[in-house]
Amino acid sequence: MTNSVEELEDAACILIIGSNTTVAHPIIATRIFRAREKGAKIIVVDPRKTHIASYADLYLAEKSGTDVAVINGLLHIIIKEGWYDKEFVEKRTEGFAVLKTFIEEYTPARVSEITGIPEVQLRQAAEMFAKAKQSSIVYCMGITQHTVGVDNVLSLANLSMATGHIGKWASGVNPLRGQNNVQGSTDMAAIPNVLPGYQSLADDAVIAKFETAWGVTLPRKPGLTIMEMMDAIGTGGIRALYVMGENPMVSDPDIQHVKKALESLELLIVQDIFPTETVALAHVVLPGVTFAEKDGTFVSTDRRVQRIRKAIEPIGEARPDWQIICDVAHAMGAPDFDYASPSEVFDEIASLVPLFAGISYDRIAENGIQWPCRTKEAPSTVFMHKDTFSKGLGTFKPVAYKAPAELPDEEYPFILITGRDAFHYHTGSMTRRSKSLTGQINRCYVQIHPADAKKLRIKAGQLTRLRSRRGAIEVEARITPIVQSGSVFVPFHFAETAANVLTNPALDPVVKIPEFKICAVKLEKVA
Amino acid sequence: MIDYRTVYTICPFCGTGCGILLEVMNGRLEGVLPCKTNPVNQGKLCIKGWSAHEFVHSPDRLKKPLVRKDGRLEEVEWDEALSFIASRLKAITQAYGPDSFGAFSSAKCTTEENYLLQKFTRAVIGTNNIDHCARL
Ligand code: SF4
Repeated sequence: MTNSVEELEDAACILIIGSNTTVAHPIIATRIFRAREKGAKIIVVDPRKTHIASYADLYLAEKSGTDVAVINGLLHIIIKEGWYDKEFVEKRTEGFAVLKTFIEEYTPARVSEITGIPEVQLRQAAEMFAKAKQSSIVYCMGITQHTVGVDNVLSLANLSMATGHIGKWASGVNPLRGQNNVQGSTDMAAIPNVLPGYQSLADDAVIAKFETAWGVTLPRKPGLTIMEMMDAIGTGGIRALYVMGENPMVSDPDIQHVKKALESLELLIVQDIFPTETVALAHVVLPGVTFAEKDGTFVSTDRRVQRIRKAIEPIGEARPDWQIICDVAHAMGAPDFDYASPSEVFDEIASLVPLFAGISYDRIAENGIQWPCRTKEAPSTVFMHKDTFSKGLGTFKPVAYKAPAELPDEEYPFILITGRDAFHYHTGSMTRRSKSLTGQINRCYVQIHPADAKKLRIKAGQLTRLRSRRGAIEVEARITPIVQSGSVFVPFHFAETAANVLTNPALDPVVKIPEFKICAVKLEKVA
Repeated sequence: MIDYRTVYTICPFCGTGCGILLEVMNGRLEGVLPCKTNPVNQGKLCIKGWSAHEFVHSPDRLKKPLVRKDGRLEEVEWDEALSFIASRLKAITQAYGPDSFGAFSSAKCTTEENYLLQKFTRAVIGTNNIDHCARL
């Protein structure tokens, strides 16, 4: 997030796109409700009329996968009407002229046709967002899990820069992270193309710094993403895989392909707390611990580095995950990797990562510190891009609307959307072992629009088969107008009826996110 | 004698990062209280946060290392599991090069653990093949 969670309640307008906030991020939703009580206008753009959509001042029911068209449409109106922030555009950005020409063809009439949103609603949304004193954008996986995920994010950046709604209190672009420490994992470069703190593999000075600190020669060639590794396993490129706290057998698209790949490995090391579907395929399993049995930090969605503290001893012979990695490194004969505590690891991070340089366990204390924090004296960075963007001027990058990779056809006439349910979390390996949560719901379901249910003669509660080009699952039908006619929704937490048997592994060409939000399926009653 | 403490920590579920107090009695987690002074949640929690202690003591927890022998996963001591990994990893990366190794890190693990796994991948094995499920 460019801003902090608490700023949201001071926004005068909040545009929520591709985020079912009340369900996936309930505590952030409470800030949005407070903003509304203070008079903020709430705009929700989503193909499903989600819970948060029912509180919106304006709900735009877009067709699945048309976000870029929606945003370009809003920009078209905002620029035509002169509602953009001329001073901000002039002083802080570049490339506006190109955007202006590019956006010409996204007329309200055309955008309305692509997205299914009435022209008058597009105009209302454009005016609300552009004219409000402080506007914030909130988005989630509904934006990123598409073959055009990067385009979606770029178009939101264009919107916030054109309207000057960034770099101020309660104004910015705010992705909500799904998992507790996605931010920290990314910050630490558990990604193949950078070093910790987003430092470049191509920068000689950076490489030299890490090589000196770690006493090795580092590989310069960027590595493979999860989805690329899966493919490389099949072709013999990858032969050994170390999986820490992940369950690709439920979380990844096209599970049957994943299973075949994992089974063909020469060595599969899995470190986890539960016997997951992925553990079942391992050659060696290392028992890690939960958050309650170790010290460390999580970085939350607003860049806040917070402490987790050990409350109980590890269960059985399980060991803290940081300790296990050091044990494996020692077994391999690595000389480094001697840390007495996670605090020492953190100090090493601070010495190598400028964004974290001023942070230590002492300074985190009770309330956490938000990066960037470059010196011991520097305060938290509450919101980013205040006087300048990290690279100076903000560049407009116009993006064209592209249709999703797999659209419905005669054989597979429905769009399948996957996502989260309120009571479970990710692959369910933790929440489905919690009585209070399984007591609420412990079975998968499919949401079907009443008109479609009637046509197919599917009744509420009836077992229904969903089939895609990749596989089939059978789940209970829930008849609800939350989904549009022609679309169905399935939560992905349930391993026994995993939605990801169906999903399409088509990737965004740049960041390689799979298109979880759209694939084509057909529905059949189970006799 | 009853040993009751609360430990201030962070909810392990979504990226909001709500502050929680774990209630610990005689070395077991008994409950969760919302932290009022945490600036993110100000004393509120969602149902997942309120239940954050429940999965920890699940009987399903893995308690010992396992190594596959004759097709079955069997319990072993740590030393055996670690030397099994070391010998297999060395053999594979020596035969096929460092890029034959890949690591999936975890958005559920700590920042420090993510740092260590990427350091292991880059510095000990010598490849950039590391990723986590931010995309998933
Ligand atoms: S309490 Fe709920 S909203 Fe807060 S971090 Fe936990 S899961 Fe997220």
